Amino acid sequence: MKKIATRQSYGEALKELGELHDDVVVLDADLANATKTDIFKKAFPERHFDCGIAEADMMCVAAGLSTTGYVPFASSFAMFAAGRAFEQVRNSIGYPHLNVKIGATHGGISVGEDGASHQCCEDFALMRSIPGMVVMSPADDVEAKAMVQAAYEHQGPVYMRFSRYGAPVIHGADSFTFEIGEGEVLRDGADVALIANGLLVAEALEAANLLAKQGISAQVINMATIKPLDEELVLKAARECGKIVTCEEHSIIGGLGEAVCAVIARQGIACSVERVGVNDEFGHSGPAGELLQQFGLCAGHISEVTKGMCKEL
Amino acid sequence: MTKEEEITLQKTACKVRMGVLTATHGAKAGHPGGSLSAADVFTYLYFKELNIDPKKPKMANRDRFVLSKGHTAPGLYAVLAYRGFFPVDDLPTLRHIDSYLQGHPNMDTVPGVDMSTGSLGQGISCACGMALGLKHQGSAARVYTLLGDGEIQEGQVWEALMFAAHYKLDNFCVIVDHNGLQIDGPNDVVMGLGSIPDKLRAFGLEVFQIDGHDFYAMEEALHAARQVKGKPSAIVMETTKGKGVSFMENQVGWHGKAPNDEEYAQGMAELNAALAELEAV
Repeated sequence: MKKIATRQSYGEALKELGELHDDVVVLDADLANATKTDIFKKAFPERHFDCGIAEADMMCVAAGLSTTGYVPFASSFAMFAAGRAFEQVRNSIGYPHLNVKIGATHGGISVGEDGASHQCCEDFALMRSIPGMVVMSPADDVEAKAMVQAAYEHQGPVYMRFSRYGAPVIHGADSFTFEIGEGEVLRDGADVALIANGLLVAEALEAANLLAKQGISAQVINMATIKPLDEELVLKAARECGKIVTCEEHSIIGGLGEAVCAVIARQGIACSVERVGVNDEFGHSGPAGELLQQFGLCAGHISEVTKGMCKEL
Repeated sequence: MTKEEEITLQKTACKVRMGVLTATHGAKAGHPGGSLSAADVFTYLYFKELNIDPKKPKMANRDRFVLSKGHTAPGLYAVLAYRGFFPVDDLPTLRHIDSYLQGHPNMDTVPGVDMSTGSLGQGISCACGMALGLKHQGSAARVYTLLGDGEIQEGQVWEALMFAAHYKLDNFCVIVDHNGLQIDGPNDVVMGLGSIPDKLRAFGLEVFQIDGHDFYAMEEALHAARQVKGKPSAIVMETTKGKGVSFMENQVGWHGKAPNDEEYAQGMAELNAALAELEAV
């Protein structure tokens, strides 16, 4: 299957958006080459503003720009966009409900060789906690591009996390539609629901194949929007299967897994949940593919965890 | 500026100071010291400098003002009220539950507030974004931001200054209210600032230094700032914290404390006397 890093999709989608809309401007903090906003920069140099290595300033500049009618896409690595500039995003973008889009690339452990300092596994948690912030992470190129378009059309702050590492393209571009806040059932199944986002969607699909061979029928849901969460779909899966495994390239604290647990607990549905994610630890350097295996963010581990839940079957 | 205009501004500034006392007394909290040191520049900006219309607070081609030192909201609210953006009678509701006059400026609730601020160092960056946007769309509108002297200890301020110079934001004017005092004491005891004008110059700004309580000097500097091309300008104002209320002047304790009933009465009496004196001229 063809693999494309969603940061590449982000850069290409920005260029397409720039062609359609004069009010799109892009900010970067000396990483245009890596976040792929250089694709937009090449096409629209007069609408691309490098802010230098100053993410805090960049987020507030984006806030100010949005008040003059532009739709800024502020871009950096997830670690710096959500981490370093958290308070700027919270106070200058979130609190005044400004129409700023944050494109954060290099999310999760699959950053690879750069190591823990750059492997942000906390961004969903941070961004989810800001009132009104939309938080999303696409599974592949097709979804990433549709997501950028949807973010533009949405009025208000949006956080999007993209990956450095290639993601298998699982969607067909022609038939695909994207709605913020709507999960997508990729595969039906009755015994257990695998709810994933980002790179782990393809892994969950592969895990479902492995499980099928062992007689376990796993449903696979792509939950690209973490906030607002498609609660209806989560509850439906919980009722149908009674077992859920969440899969995300993020700390098990504060991300998709906890969001899913909260919905189920509130409704009082009898459903057990296992969270596959980064287990409250830092990453380290290494090739992305090997790291994903080592940290259990892969089809093999997802299927093992799922099997463990389905022992009685 | 004629002598008459100066007196009119002084009278308005007097009322703005009364608004500061009324708001903080009503709130039983808030920041009168830095609101009073900036009362004159608030007055000059909103009654003389800015192209604004209280009836159309979101007018596209308006000049923008960002109160980067957001804790001096009582001063901003007082000048906005006297300029006609909302009723002066609402000032005592400052910080009350369900009042639109939040403890720090909220652009979503207060007419005339161009940016929500309060977390120091962020307002100046937001103002840079506004100046960039307006310049990019060919607008003649200008952007002003007011910083506290303690505020420039925030590293982000210097990121913003670099940005403003890099993008040659000559529609942008940074004003520093140098009253010398911050919560924990004098600036130079808490964290020495060195020469603010020298630092601003080194960052590529055209710098003016004035007495922040002198309207003639303000007029001259703001006029000169408008003529600067190819770079942002900065005005460093030497001011007195608590200016206009004798027992608050140069007292660090009045940074973030509201006057009690007795202090309020005394402060208002002083300001009413000053106003009467100006009216007699």
